[in-house]
Amino acid sequence: MLAAKKDIVKQLQKQILQWEGFAPPSAKKVGNIGLGEIESAFPNGVFPTGAIHEMVCPTPEHAAATGGLMAGILQSLMKQGGACLWISVSRTLFPPALSTFNVAPDRVIFIDAKEEKQVLWVMEQALKCEGLAAVIAEVKEISIVQSRRLQLAVESSRVTGFLLRHDPRKLGANTCVARWQISPLPSILADGLPGVGFPRWEVNLLRVRNGNPGSWKLEWIDDRFIVRHEQVTDGVEEKRIAG
Amino acid sequence: MNRRFVSIWFRHLTTDWLTLRRPELKTVPFVFVAAIRNKVVITAANSLAESQGVVQGMAAADAKAIVPGLEVIPDIPGQEEKLLKALGAWCIRYSPQVAVDLPNGLVLDISGCAHLWGGERGYLKEIVTRLISKGYDVRAALTDTVGASWAIARYGKIKPIIEPGEHPDALLTLPPAALRLDPLILDRLQKLGFYTIKSFIGTGRSALRRRFGQDFILRLDQALGNEEEVLQLLQPVEPYTERLPCMEPIRTRTGIEIAIKTLLESLCKRLAAEGKGVRTATLKCYRVDGEVIETAIGTNLASNQMVHLFKLFELKIELIKPRLGIELFTLEAAKVEEVDPEQELLWSPEGCGLEDTALAELLDRLANKIGADKIHRYLPQERYWPEQSFKLATSLNEKPAALWRKDRPRPSLLLPRPEKIEVTSLLPDNPPMLFIYKGTRHVIRKADDAERIEREWWEDQGLHRDYYVVEDEEGRRYWVFRSGHYADADSTWYLHGFFA
Repeated sequence: MLAAKKDIVKQLQKQILQWEGFAPPSAKKVGNIGLGEIESAFPNGVFPTGAIHEMVCPTPEHAAATGGLMAGILQSLMKQGGACLWISVSRTLFPPALSTFNVAPDRVIFIDAKEEKQVLWVMEQALKCEGLAAVIAEVKEISIVQSRRLQLAVESSRVTGFLLRHDPRKLGANTCVARWQISPLPSILADGLPGVGFPRWEVNLLRVRNGNPGSWKLEWIDDRFIVRHEQVTDGVEEKRIAG
Repeated sequence: MNRRFVSIWFRHLTTDWLTLRRPELKTVPFVFVAAIRNKVVITAANSLAESQGVVQGMAAADAKAIVPGLEVIPDIPGQEEKLLKALGAWCIRYSPQVAVDLPNGLVLDISGCAHLWGGERGYLKEIVTRLISKGYDVRAALTDTVGASWAIARYGKIKPIIEPGEHPDALLTLPPAALRLDPLILDRLQKLGFYTIKSFIGTGRSALRRRFGQDFILRLDQALGNEEEVLQLLQPVEPYTERLPCMEPIRTRTGIEIAIKTLLESLCKRLAAEGKGVRTATLKCYRVDGEVIETAIGTNLASNQMVHLFKLFELKIELIKPRLGIELFTLEAAKVEEVDPEQELLWSPEGCGLEDTALAELLDRLANKIGADKIHRYLPQERYWPEQSFKLATSLNEKPAALWRKDRPRPSLLLPRPEKIEVTSLLPDNPPMLFIYKGTRHVIRKADDAERIEREWWEDQGLHRDYYVVEDEEGRRYWVFRSGHYADADSTWYLHGFFA
């Protein structure tokens, strides 16, 4: 009885999603985004492209970590040859750093808007442009109406959008498909090796539309993401300094 | 095509203008005067003054003696040219090729324009009546050459329109002054008894040249049409220009949209046939009240797609205020480039990169709304100094000349200006043990060895930087550097970036 009810609820949830404009993603078309286990948190176990993701970055350190993860995702999204738009008011992103994550910085077009309102206008225009791999916008605040406009834009074009919420005053409700928060974690090196290791982050999916929020530890090693479960003892913690 | 020219003579240009400005002068004889060689001389007189015997060049005192109630107004230098330019701009509705003919005339090249006003008679009548209704006393003539038109407008007595090929005959009865000659030559002709053109036109050329000089022959040939006369056009004609005169003034947004579409359609058709595309285009709207409104668009890639170009103009329609109505639209493509035929091959919704037309069109829209200087794309530059390791790309299809370097760690975020931090470090060349940034203490747990980046001595003198990648106890990774050597008194530590 209970199982049957669960099935019905699941079915209904799926239908609601479709009515809201979130088409079920087809895994074949997009391919693996490379996030491994984290992708299972999303409906159907596929990273939703053609939707808008919200990344919360309370501090510059969070923003840097988010930048890294985003660049890693962009690498997969841009494999098909699309370009990418990065819209911001005051940009601190260092373009050459994108190449660390296998994204050619010359395929990213940076747009420096005058104010937040303009950022959202540019993003809406860009999201309507089919064939872009991704559109990234740095905004502080976004209202539910504005996010709805963006959602309508991606529904027809299937472009993936990312909203970087720098230092947000309040995280209100919006139509984004997922809310992420990426925090830096101490890097891990094999025993005895000095220096700073590979980038390592704690990925928190705070909200996933019709999915399962969760928390993962993620590393970027040899041009791909690796999800870590085991708590590796940090052998070099005491040997602080290289050389 | 047979070329036809209209010459318009403003008989009382400056005085008519002043009468328009000050209607109370309509019934008063008045003159403009200027001091020439210690003598106050009349430079222009209105028709009332002229009818009482005042002429240009007369001393003001003499004129006052003839006409007791004469109003004397100081001359405004350069006023004729200003007025003629404005009137010429107004005349562009009749022909795109208008030239100012100082001191008191305009010349219009009307080849192929007259049929729009139902023939040459209607055309000339329209110009003259419109100018007279504005308040200017004008005479105009229409012939095959500029010189003949000038002559007939000023000295012709029979008819203003001379049929093609008949202008040499029409000139015969006119005085030599109709040839725009130097006063000295005119004096000499007068003395010799040449009162009409007929009297000397049969004389041998070499004899005329010997007596009156080359300039005389040139003027004669220009009037007869043997010599080409180049007009200094008020507005140089763009090679890619479309015009759309309107039967009735346009006042609505829909009307403007239709006008732009019509213009774009013919322009794009022509460009597409030649394999070219627009880079910059200007739309000019000539309003009934004489104002000209200009809006310009630019594109990143040359385009002859009408839909796209229309979208760019659509963003600017609200800036066009029709007021009483717009009676003429012109569209000029000032910069035209070859269209890359690959563009269309690559066009597809999927898998398009930077060469994609859809992207270029998007960027055009953005550039026209927020400004082209707000859109950046970067290419690698082979320099080590972090701030200079990349440069701006000049165009969308510029390819990187070098590889993006991946061998050294570079932070995700780079502060626009390095920020000062307070640092404790153990040994001179060791990375810091802890640093304080914006009041927060960061205890360093891990660090990489220094990367020294020297300044480019040929560009600027200054201290080198020793960069360290450091990670604090919470796993936050930073890029810090020491400016200069450790021992130096002015060596300071800075935070420059955040690692992913």
